[in-house]
Amino acid sequence: MLKSPKFIATMVILVVMALLPLGVGGYILGLLTLAYYYGVIAMAWDLLFGFAGEVNFGPTFLVGTGAYTAAMLNHYAGWPIPVCLFVGAVAAVVGGAILAVPALRLSGPYFGLVTLVAVLLLQNFIVLFAGTTGGEIGLDIPDVLAIDAAPNYWYAFGFMVVSGGLLYGLANSPVGLILQASGQDAIEASALGFNVTKHKLAAFCVSALFSGLAGGMLIFYLGTVSVGTVVDLTIGVQVIIAAVLGGRRTILGAAIGSIFLIVAGEILRPLGQLSTFVVSAIALVVILFFPGGFLGILQRGEGRS
Amino acid sequence: MLGLQILIDGFAISSLYALGAIGFTLMFGVSGVLNLSHGAIMVVAAVVAWLFAGSYGAGPYGGALVGVLAGVVTAFATYLLVVRPIQTSRSIPGEEKEIFVLTGTLLWGIMLQEAVAYLFTNNPKTVRPLLPGVVNLLGVRTPTNEIVTAAISWAAIGLLWLLVNRTRTGKTLLAASINPRGLTLLGFELSRIYILVWAIYGVLAGLAGVLLGAFLGVSSDNAGTLTASAFSIVVLGGLGSVSGSLVAAYVVGYLETLTAYLISPSIRTVPVLLLLVVVVYLRPQGLLGRR
Repeated sequence: MLKSPKFIATMVILVVMALLPLGVGGYILGLLTLAYYYGVIAMAWDLLFGFAGEVNFGPTFLVGTGAYTAAMLNHYAGWPIPVCLFVGAVAAVVGGAILAVPALRLSGPYFGLVTLVAVLLLQNFIVLFAGTTGGEIGLDIPDVLAIDAAPNYWYAFGFMVVSGGLLYGLANSPVGLILQASGQDAIEASALGFNVTKHKLAAFCVSALFSGLAGGMLIFYLGTVSVGTVVDLTIGVQVIIAAVLGGRRTILGAAIGSIFLIVAGEILRPLGQLSTFVVSAIALVVILFFPGGFLGILQRGEGRS
Repeated sequence: MLGLQILIDGFAISSLYALGAIGFTLMFGVSGVLNLSHGAIMVVAAVVAWLFAGSYGAGPYGGALVGVLAGVVTAFATYLLVVRPIQTSRSIPGEEKEIFVLTGTLLWGIMLQEAVAYLFTNNPKTVRPLLPGVVNLLGVRTPTNEIVTAAISWAAIGLLWLLVNRTRTGKTLLAASINPRGLTLLGFELSRIYILVWAIYGVLAGLAGVLLGAFLGVSSDNAGTLTASAFSIVVLGGLGSVSGSLVAAYVVGYLETLTAYLISPSIRTVPVLLLLVVVVYLRPQGLLGRR
């Protein structure tokens, strides 16, 4: 495996990405920093959808729970960043478990709807308790990860590489195979003696852990937490589009997809309002003609040669 | 007095919700498609009606007619450009078609929404009401348009009921929702039934969009919320159950109106969401759904 061309190519790309701050301006680094955090969220979503076969319409419920917990602890109690991140991630896992235990009894559209409603409820409660949460304007956070663009970039990059490695490893482990089996044919998987619900619940908790952590890191990068950046449905939609665009059931594709979405949005910025239209159109064309996503296109090219 | 007002306002908004959701549930019941561009199609219809009634001088009736037509055209575009290619694609595995249809219609909805925002800005637009003025209904001053909205909604729902239950074409629709394979064995062409469903769906969504535009005003930013509310109503009533959707629309409409009048307009949607969670947990098939 260490000598396979795919592995070497990945390593080269990672090294180039790690050295990017040496040659690129702060603005582009800032964009990529955001893309990396959303990339982790998209990878966590792909573990749930691509492997466990559950469509989670509300990835931002997990992200938002983690982000707001971390933000409020820092804002009101003044706890240091690592503690806030840890508690935020735990809160996301607990929130995810509360959501998932009953929701996993449901299937297909019903599971999707419950996760969708969870986001809407969270959003409503944040706005309702605006006195504590900052409401629609948001809550400022005293501490930030770093001031300069380069360290911030490295935090995000390191976080994405480690999370991506762990999620990829998990997805390709025996547990990942059981998950995949449960997602594709739950009855058969349980007939083989695997506890489908337990595995799906575990996948949900892992997904929640990484989503919550990414949400926490994201707000300590931005220095503020608001509904528009970590909870809003449109963010969740972007995450789903990124994961499907990059190639579902690949984990790594989700990160590629979210980097593509943010970079493409930036390149098309001169189009003004039309940029979202064009990005959506590109994503639609990819989904219609190359359902395997970007990584699917790559793998097909490999199969031919 | 307040009670009566809640009763009247709730009835009007509920009938509009029912009309909006019924096309969505019909589509799912017959062809198994959850169309997440639903809200965007409604917005397109409303904005076209606003454009023709106002800027092009077609008058309120002409505008409404063109608006409904725009709903039908957009619905067909959704089917031909997005849904059909996914359904007939050989490279998408069968069990994943559902998620592809969801993602595809979601993207298509965003495209429609952005196109409307680009061409006509995202300012809220109010379609000229079919009948202006105010009438005194048992002591409550009610806009005539509110009554027109409820009446047209129910007329459309009634016509749909007649079509499905009393005509031969309608019965094939019903059959397609129960057992599509059985229907093809009887020699019916499924693709023609799907085209018919999309046409009916387009009329319903277009009409709902135009009425909503005249009742509350519509902005391109509403597309997502409109889809979410139709989705909630349909799941609350039971996916694919038309009568369930009607009941659910009234539950949602009245619950929202009660909350807005008696507690606070700012938490208008919260009780509905909580109810939805409870119903989905306790009775996943919805109020009147079949398993």
